Amino acid sequence: MSDSVQLPRWIDVGALPLLNLLLALVVSGLVVLAIGERPTQVVEILLYGAFGYEEAWGYTLYYTTNFIFTGLAFAVAFHCGLFNIGAEGQAYVGGLGVILAALYLDFLPFPIMLIVAILASAIFGAAWAYIPAYLQARRGSHVVITTIMFNFIASSLMVYLLVNVLRPQGSMTPESEQIAEHLRLPFIHDIAAGLGLEMASSPLNLSFVYALVCSVLVWLFIWHTRWGYAIRTVGANAVAATYAGIEPGRYIIMAMMISGALSAFMALNEVMGVQHRLLIDFTAGYGFVGIAVALMGRNHPFGIFLAALLFGMLYQGGAELSFEIPTISNDMVVVIQGLVILFTGAMEHMFRPRVTRIYTAWHLRRRAQEAA
Amino acid sequence: MHQMHGAGETGAVQPAIELRGIDKRFGAVHANKSIDLKVEKGTIHGIVGENGAGKSTLMSILYGFYQADGGTIHVDGRLCDIKGSEDAIAVGIGMVHQHFMLVEPFTVLENVILGVEGGAILREGVDKARGELKRLEREYALDVNPDAIVGDLSVGLQQRVEILKALYRGAEILILDEPTGVLTPQEADHLFRILETLKQQGKTVVLITHKLREIMAATDNVSVMRQGEMVAHRKTAETSPEELSELMVGRKVLLRLEKGEAAPAATVLEVDNLCVETSQGVRKVKNASFSVRAGEIVGIAGVSGNGQSELLEALGGIRAVTEGQVLLNGQDVTPGRGVDAAELRKRGVAHVPEDRHRMAMVTSFSAKEAAILGYEDDASYQKGLFLNWHAISDATKHLMSEFDVRPNDPDLKAANFSGGNQQKLVLAREIMRDPELLLVGQPTRGVDIGAIEFIHKRIVAMRDAGKAVLLVSVELDEIMSLADRILVMCDGAIIGEVSAADANERVLGLMMAGVDPHEAKAAEGQS
Repeated sequence: MSDSVQLPRWIDVGALPLLNLLLALVVSGLVVLAIGERPTQVVEILLYGAFGYEEAWGYTLYYTTNFIFTGLAFAVAFHCGLFNIGAEGQAYVGGLGVILAALYLDFLPFPIMLIVAILASAIFGAAWAYIPAYLQARRGSHVVITTIMFNFIASSLMVYLLVNVLRPQGSMTPESEQIAEHLRLPFIHDIAAGLGLEMASSPLNLSFVYALVCSVLVWLFIWHTRWGYAIRTVGANAVAATYAGIEPGRYIIMAMMISGALSAFMALNEVMGVQHRLLIDFTAGYGFVGIAVALMGRNHPFGIFLAALLFGMLYQGGAELSFEIPTISNDMVVVIQGLVILFTGAMEHMFRPRVTRIYTAWHLRRRAQEAA
Repeated sequence: MHQMHGAGETGAVQPAIELRGIDKRFGAVHANKSIDLKVEKGTIHGIVGENGAGKSTLMSILYGFYQADGGTIHVDGRLCDIKGSEDAIAVGIGMVHQHFMLVEPFTVLENVILGVEGGAILREGVDKARGELKRLEREYALDVNPDAIVGDLSVGLQQRVEILKALYRGAEILILDEPTGVLTPQEADHLFRILETLKQQGKTVVLITHKLREIMAATDNVSVMRQGEMVAHRKTAETSPEELSELMVGRKVLLRLEKGEAAPAATVLEVDNLCVETSQGVRKVKNASFSVRAGEIVGIAGVSGNGQSELLEALGGIRAVTEGQVLLNGQDVTPGRGVDAAELRKRGVAHVPEDRHRMAMVTSFSAKEAAILGYEDDASYQKGLFLNWHAISDATKHLMSEFDVRPNDPDLKAANFSGGNQQKLVLAREIMRDPELLLVGQPTRGVDIGAIEFIHKRIVAMRDAGKAVLLVSVELDEIMSLADRILVMCDGAIIGEVSAADANERVLGLMMAGVDPHEAKAAEGQS
């Protein structure tokens, strides 16, 4: 009810997510205890695995790159009131754009290829998002349903293309040919070496920088352009948008296409940066985790960066964990990741009423003391 | 009409309700400051105050929606601890809410027994309820068919179902929260007759309203609230609307707006044979034709839900029209045929919609974001590709100081302004653009008296500056004091026009109920 004061920002975007995270870790700790391991040791290995040495940092940030893209993708659609579950499919199809450009335009010099690949992934991802967006805007088909279905369609389509079209002759594995060496995104450790810095080798590549650039661009777009303003108006109150002459359908399509393009940028990292070819299911669930990243980051690019870093840490530290402690299998790591997603994403508001009540009581007492 | 209870009589009988030192805070807002109130048994007691004065909070505490931070509630002299509405019902308090709590597809009978069905098998409860309802209806002349579907009933009848519900639950004390907001004057009069009957049967009625006319007509005693405090108790017979409004606002207010003669010039808006249908194909506006000239205010009166909202939305470009034509300064601007709200704005049509929260603003936005809604493409708000928030902030400050929006803080969330200040911000946004035509719906709904006066003056100032104004309001007082010509809508059609000079509440009321204007005037002549 109105029986409370507004939470200050540091609680809203800082303390609350941390509290959720803490609870996720406590429950994870109980799970770890139940299989007979020491939770403190697990945390230690997890943190060491994620940040303990130079190479670990590289891996953590490599995962973070994917989460930034898919988190931003979800956030842009979310500001328009849309729940885009289709980042997975949009990224997958975006990968097709990247590989087609890299394989068939391989005569281009790298700087031009970089731009072409960005455009190709954006166009393919946006196009894949356009169909559900159109159906939502003009036909009222719910975007949650259609984007889920489009993930399946994308998956089948890509398998077909990989097996029947992109697979090089004589190869037994359903994957594309390799991208020519000079067209690959440079690794950060190679760039560092070029500058005379010694860095451990890791899959971290130039796309991480691009992810940071995209974060800034999304922030500018959403809060500092009239189109972002229109998108937020549609998301917050479609009736008011119509009143203002902002046609909701137009901005639903715009937001979804931008969302699709951002998802597709994940393929720059995976296809052009790390795998150097198109693999089956290279999206590996990053699109779905992006939802949790965006929710935990309150759909703000800075929050998304922090949340992406957290999930990057969980991915990299988790890999280390299953390697170090044999009883903690890969599935166990997925359980811990799942718990974090559950508490920070799905049950985001669990503590909110209680924290609001405690803060209100504290606030009133302080006010009373000030008055006295 | 006003039967006053002598001092000796009330001394012997315990008051039906006595509140002592009720105190309630919502965060920083002190909604009720140590309120004392005595409501005598068998009287109609009015509580008046501006919006936000704390009337509804006080009644919500009495009905158990909120718990008071301090103070006690006594019903019939006994101390009561009311923790929820069931406790309130148990001590005989019934409430008729401003927004009805009825299940529309159910019959009257089903609605009345909802929650007190009495056992797993409906049959028994239903039979018992039927007998009891018959008795109640006879006793209080409520005139409702128990088997009618509630959704089919008029608003006035639905309200009586709410009253029946309360009586069926054994209410001895009935609280009505702004009961006449949705009624025609005739329906309101009927309601007051019912309340009078209830009083004669020994029931106690608490009437919350901001309409002084109703207080004067219907109540025995009246209490005035201002900014969370109970500022005065009066016997209705011993006070006047002027005194009450002064008490409510804390200063003298103009009840009747002072305005000069209109000087209508060229026709600005011409509406010809306009029809509007909902997406389900229900015809909401039927062949409406009228015009608005520069320098005049044309008012559209009607009971809420008779097509005024749809008409206004169509003219604002939000709703497509199915038939007819709209001309603005002779140019075709029929909405839905390539013309939308943005296009109309560019051509000088400003629109203050009826529903502030649903349509006029995004409440989660800051004031400066709310202040550019509809004008976000304006060149002065851009800096290259980006919005120029400095310029927007300055422009918002200017709007806010021009229209006395408090607090003057462009970064405050729109939801954190009071209703009156939100409305002033919306009006500022639309009026300060100096439009040719101002469409304005319910300009003072949920707005306190001080702000009403201000808003009315600004609308008249628009007219005096030679602009055309189309005003839609369900408040007859507002229409009569602002409009130069009054059109009456009933069931989607404009059934007549009255000049402001000839208008009175009774004629308008009859027309709003669908009576032909000539007959309405004849009926008025006879009475």
